[in-house]
Amino acid sequence: MKLHEYQAKSLLKKFGVTVQDGHALNDLRYFDDAVNDLMKRGISEFVVKSQIHAGGRGKGVIYNQHNPNEIVVEGGVKYFGSDVKGAKEYASKLLGNILVTHQTGPEGKQVRTIYVTEGLNYKKELYLGILLDREKSKNVIMASTEGGVEIEKVAEETPDKIIKVWIDPEVGLSGYKSRELGYGLGLEGNAFKDFIKFINNLYRAYEELDASLIEVNPLVISSDDKIIALDAKVTIDDNSLFRHKDIAEMRDTNEEDPLEVEASKSNLNYIKLDGNVGCMVNGAGLAMASMDLIKLAGGEPANFLDVGGTASAETVENGFRIILSDPNVKAILINIFGGIVRCDRVAQGVIQAAKNINIQVPVVVRLQGTNSVEARKMLDESGLKLIPADTLQDAAQKVTEAIAA
Amino acid sequence: MSILVNKKTKVIVQGITGSEGSFHTKQMIEYGTKVVAGVTPGKGGTKFLDKIPIFNSVKEAIAETKATASVIFVPASFAADAIIEAADAGIKVIVCITEGIPTRDMIKAYNHVKTLNASGQEVRFIGPNCPGIITPNECKIGIMPGFIHRSGNVGVISRSGTLTYEAVDQLTKLGIGQSTCIGIGGDPVIGTRFIDAVKLFNEDEDTEAILMIGEIGGSAEEEAAYYIKKNVKKPVIGFIAGRTAPPGRRMGHAGAIISGGKGTAEAKISTMKKCGIITVLSPADIGKAVQTALKKKIRSRWSLGTLPEKSKAGRKPKKKTEESRKSK
Repeated sequence: MKLHEYQAKSLLKKFGVTVQDGHALNDLRYFDDAVNDLMKRGISEFVVKSQIHAGGRGKGVIYNQHNPNEIVVEGGVKYFGSDVKGAKEYASKLLGNILVTHQTGPEGKQVRTIYVTEGLNYKKELYLGILLDREKSKNVIMASTEGGVEIEKVAEETPDKIIKVWIDPEVGLSGYKSRELGYGLGLEGNAFKDFIKFINNLYRAYEELDASLIEVNPLVISSDDKIIALDAKVTIDDNSLFRHKDIAEMRDTNEEDPLEVEASKSNLNYIKLDGNVGCMVNGAGLAMASMDLIKLAGGEPANFLDVGGTASAETVENGFRIILSDPNVKAILINIFGGIVRCDRVAQGVIQAAKNINIQVPVVVRLQGTNSVEARKMLDESGLKLIPADTLQDAAQKVTEAIAA
Repeated sequence: MSILVNKKTKVIVQGITGSEGSFHTKQMIEYGTKVVAGVTPGKGGTKFLDKIPIFNSVKEAIAETKATASVIFVPASFAADAIIEAADAGIKVIVCITEGIPTRDMIKAYNHVKTLNASGQEVRFIGPNCPGIITPNECKIGIMPGFIHRSGNVGVISRSGTLTYEAVDQLTKLGIGQSTCIGIGGDPVIGTRFIDAVKLFNEDEDTEAILMIGEIGGSAEEEAAYYIKKNVKKPVIGFIAGRTAPPGRRMGHAGAIISGGKGTAEAKISTMKKCGIITVLSPADIGKAVQTALKKKIRSRWSLGTLPEKSKAGRKPKKKTEESRKSK
């Protein structure tokens, strides 16, 4: 689960991680209070930051929410020094409008929350990231002196500028490894000491929050040699949310596709894509393979949809509704491999769902496995315009015909 | 003709009294698996189906039954602990079916098992979030439908559940049997990777060919491919699901995600090809590709004059093919 910057920083602060602090607000009415509170803390310079689940905000462009061609302002993050009036005017241009960055796609994302933070004077930008190294099945901390730029780019162009240390789970982050990172970043004196504290707190946060990614980019050395997280990206392992109820509540469904949110309410694993052939499959691997099959058959997959192990009448019906709410869908492929789940039961579900919903597009139904012969018979005798298929090859053929028709 | 499990394997079920555990225990017994005990803390002393003893701990279950394998159905929040318990108690093959285990817990369990292995104990841990392992007609440890399998000489390794059933079904319908099928699971941290399973099948005399079913995310397929290029003479057939998957999105399995441009199907397929693996583009052609590879292998053996030495293993499945054709 992805978090906004302000949410990530609020969590990190609890672990003693020094962050560039501020207030998040979703209405301009709260702007003055936010600034006044920061001033009380002795802060005199301000930054206004758009909060969306995508990177590249600083270099993004804000478009009018009512007119997608009108540029309102350039840049989704701005430093204002002590110009509070300017900051407020800029904030008013962000809220409600659309931010387009290289990560959002051309449709962009609506800015619903802004983050008013302290402005910092710093001498250097660094990079720090913690994530799972799948090859080693251990967490890895990556640090680089090349802060503020995309780490993928650094990894590609100057891989020797990335320092990596792997964490043995039975030992934790040992002192010498923290020092290895600090020396690797060329730190000394108070900055070095502060970094050791910082990295230990950050790693503890990573572990205890069940994060799957923490990225601090940039991590800055302030003019008084403090180590501070200027930005923070935190992703939480979805499988762990059962033990982090407070974090689960931070989920911002506005950042997700409305169809996907709807699907997750019916326990369906749905991902919207841009194609013309919808599909409904049991099991994630078979679902991906079915998408590939659609492409080979001359179509483009309109979605990924895993209905899970049971494929009951109710889930199938919900699946149909979600697939059909995408107007681009010209045909549907249902591919169920019945192992423990019986095909005749699935067929019953498909028939019932097809009767309940007015389906206007051709539906190719391929049920294989336990009781597939009975299932085929039920589909044939249903009187519905379902197109039964036996093998995967047969299903592909029939999808091709359905799109051509 | 199998790896890891066979008709002699004594199996315990951790979480035998839960709904998943009890349902699949019945299915495993029906298939012929020697389920000798169950473990549910707090229910020790009772019996499952009036015959299978339930113990409070894996240690007690082993002491009483000499079981060497365990299958885990306990809920996600306790599953990693169950893996560690089984490993500490001396179980040799641990299969974890449970889905949705937090990665932090799995990192601990994985590295603990690794430490035990380094100290000389032999533990093979499979999963989690997987269908399990089956040696057809001998032993089924997991949730796969037993009837689609057929005994034979192809080793199957897969990250997926239903896609494996699909591939196995294609093989069986072509009269091609399987030595053992392992579902290694779709999570980012798993006990047995492609490379581990490939090593085992490579050493198994009765495995004639290896089928690898991978998917987007990570680099485990590539790791195995490089090993195969160096060490494996048997034909290896590979399929990668997710060529049409968009980057940055988790496709159901926690491990199936293309991140930072890494883990794409194209990259995997191209590496596998370079390493001499026969790659299949359409999931509909998996069975046929294995069939072609096996025929080619038999032909090349004739031409090299090496058939007599392996004639038993080589002919058996062919005979069965003819039989199955006749029966149709």
